[in-house]
Amino acid sequence: MLLSAENLCKDFGGVRALDGVGLEIEAGPVHAVIGPNGAGKTTLLNLLTGIYRPAAGSIRCRGRDLTGRAPHVFAAAGVGRTFQNLQVFHNMSALENVMAGRWLHERCTLAAALLHLPGRARAERACRAQAAGLLDFVGLEAWRDAASEAMPYGALKRLEIARALAAQPRLLLLDEPAAGLNPTETQEMARLIGRIASRGITVVLVEHNMRLVMQVSQRVLVLDYGRTLAYGAPAAVRNDPRVIEAYLGAGAQ
Amino acid sequence: MPRPGGLAALALVVVLLPLALPNNYTYEVAILVGLNAIVCVGLNLLIGYAGQISLGHAGFFGLGAYGSAILTARYGWPPLGALAASLGAVGLLAWVVGRPILRLQGHYLAMATLGLGIIVSIVLVTEDRLTGGPDGMSVPPLGAFGWTLAGEKAWYWTVGALLLAAVWLARNLIDSPRGRALRALHGSEVAAEVIGIDSARHKLGVFVLSAMFAAAAGALTAHYAGFITPSKAAFLHSIELVTMVVFGGMASTFGAVVGAAVLTTLPQFLTVLKDYEMMVFGAVMILTMVFMPRGLVPTLEQALAAQR
Amino acid sequence: MSAQLLQTLLGGLTIGAIYALVALGFSIIYNASRVINFAQGEFVMLGGMATVWLAAASWPLPLAGLAAVLLAAGAGLALARFAVAPARGASVVTLIIITIGASILLRGLAALVWDKKIHPLPPFSGEAPILVGGAALLPQSLWVLGVTLLVVLLLSGFFARTLTGKALLATSHNRLAAQLAGISVQRVLLASFALSAALGALAGILVAPITFTSWDVGVMLGLKGFAAAILGGLGSGPGAVLGGLALGMIEALGAGYVSSAYKDAIAFVIILAVLVFMPGGLLGKRSTDRV
Repeated sequence: MLLSAENLCKDFGGVRALDGVGLEIEAGPVHAVIGPNGAGKTTLLNLLTGIYRPAAGSIRCRGRDLTGRAPHVFAAAGVGRTFQNLQVFHNMSALENVMAGRWLHERCTLAAALLHLPGRARAERACRAQAAGLLDFVGLEAWRDAASEAMPYGALKRLEIARALAAQPRLLLLDEPAAGLNPTETQEMARLIGRIASRGITVVLVEHNMRLVMQVSQRVLVLDYGRTLAYGAPAAVRNDPRVIEAYLGAGAQ
Repeated sequence: MPRPGGLAALALVVVLLPLALPNNYTYEVAILVGLNAIVCVGLNLLIGYAGQISLGHAGFFGLGAYGSAILTARYGWPPLGALAASLGAVGLLAWVVGRPILRLQGHYLAMATLGLGIIVSIVLVTEDRLTGGPDGMSVPPLGAFGWTLAGEKAWYWTVGALLLAAVWLARNLIDSPRGRALRALHGSEVAAEVIGIDSARHKLGVFVLSAMFAAAAGALTAHYAGFITPSKAAFLHSIELVTMVVFGGMASTFGAVVGAAVLTTLPQFLTVLKDYEMMVFGAVMILTMVFMPRGLVPTLEQALAAQR
Repeated sequence: MSAQLLQTLLGGLTIGAIYALVALGFSIIYNASRVINFAQGEFVMLGGMATVWLAAASWPLPLAGLAAVLLAAGAGLALARFAVAPARGASVVTLIIITIGASILLRGLAALVWDKKIHPLPPFSGEAPILVGGAALLPQSLWVLGVTLLVVLLLSGFFARTLTGKALLATSHNRLAAQLAGISVQRVLLASFALSAALGALAGILVAPITFTSWDVGVMLGLKGFAAAILGGLGSGPGAVLGGLALGMIEALGAGYVSSAYKDAIAFVIILAVLVFMPGGLLGKRSTDRV
């Protein structure tokens, strides 16, 4: 089991954002987490990457208990993510953003860095080449040397994905990858997700765009008011009366 | 942006500058510039690259100075050993206090470092049996194996070489994955964490490194001047250092050197204005931050780039 | 309670009230603009020094005091208008340097216009100490405590009842929403600086008869006022008052019973302790960042 969570609870002040949510993500299928606004999707994502600490419950990654650990520990365990509100490194170029993502795989002690020990130059070139390759993979070859400040929104979303991929995660959590994209860009995103999945990375996306969810995912988890409403194959979830009621209100078909 | 020519250019300046220095006084100013620049290069790593802040770095400077001074003057240690021990002690202190306070952000971190610096300066003034109190204490010269470092020229070359070394170390760090990790921290701490960067550890590392740069410069200053007073650890000195870094250009090692150079020599010109010196310094601080918030060197670079 | 302890506490309460006024100034500006005004101490200095200067020119004391407060308010306005407002949106470090630069500028100006000597101010109503339970209380202390209490009450009324006060509060809660509601953020900034400067100057006038005043009296008072604001919770009015009083008393107790040489360090040790263990201060809010 790649990532499993049990009975996750999270409170903000007096509000219980997540109430006893559990899930199991096996390696392979593309998963999606959907639900109305305020359902707790981003909170779940933040818990699964260590950004929030759960008030109750546990998270295990490939058998290892990661509950309450810092985000960089989750990252080292193979969990990567992108952000709903972009967190691009605006003080760096596009290429440098992706190179930064290589951190976990760079062997560089403080002494080696300060003294520019032999092998550093070669390692830098390799890192640069890998980052360039990732930019190509997500379709940003034209922006390689651009300052990230100069890039349009859609490109920045893909930049975050490239940066996350640079860490070579086993599990990639995408927070609303299609938000703010037009239909053409959304289709490109769907294709990118497919390419990522075919590289053996398990993708979990939090999404509002139902067409994208139905198109790319094999497992769907539905949240509502911080609780799990349904979990299964897309078609089954789509027809689940409880899900329909949550999205469209009782009395809808 | 890696600029291999930069270090060579600085080396050239260091080598050729003596041709323009007419007397011992100007050598003294140049040495002072070099010593301040060493602190600023380290402080710039903390403020400009890692995006943290310290309003108490003069405390580390003072501790480095007094550490070496006390060990040599009161306990008869060999100067180089005293310097090394002082550096180590300051590094350790920075490590111990850095861990809890670097969890803080923005104003809170500023205040914590400010408090730290002021506590250090109060201790240095109050423990007068050890430190000589507000009037300061004498410091033996630097030397080893019977040979003493004395005279403006010898000190100039020593400080020049050490400055080049400091810049070389800093540039190496910045152009490495660790440098990128620091800049990532500055760009977005949460995003840095999710790509595996232990933000607490990196912040602490650069804090300790910059503290040791300051301590080294402090110790050298003490041995060079033959004297040290607690004013070197005072809040005002911390502010001068931060202003040099910000004025010269944050996230620019050469900016830090330029900032140190300009703001160390400025008061020398301002002594002409004597009573107006403080006012002018304050005005310079305000005007630069309002009109050139990124600092001198990045603003000039941007202006030159726009010309093309 | 022993007479000595009572006397120490009363002294601490007095200086604590001064810290409270300075801390209020910090909190008001911080609330309005997220700026830490490191020149706050200089407003305290201006209050005392300007009053001394005008009184020496034969102005009656109350008039001199009033003029000094207005002068400081003017300086605050100028600082906000010409140094802070143009740097809107700048980083924390930049804004800190600007206000520190302003404090250095003001100090240099004071040294130039006046001098670097220490100046006393005559106490408002005599020097004969009043005996309270065996402890000696200066009449000036009563002035300090009384005026501070009055000011705090007036400020609560100001923030709760007047439009300007409510505008200041609104801006502190949500700048964008306040702007959308038609509140001029620029005016709020100016008002907050003027008000804080006036508060600082008032503190300076009140304390000058006890601790005397000079060109650089603002440095430590400003830093300690800031320490008090952090102790009480930056941005909280009641916190500023509580923090000021607490700091004053802890300092007095520490100086009296632990070590008088390290009296000044007490404030900063407290600060470090608060920041490390309880950054929100005694009354401040704890916030979670939404990502």
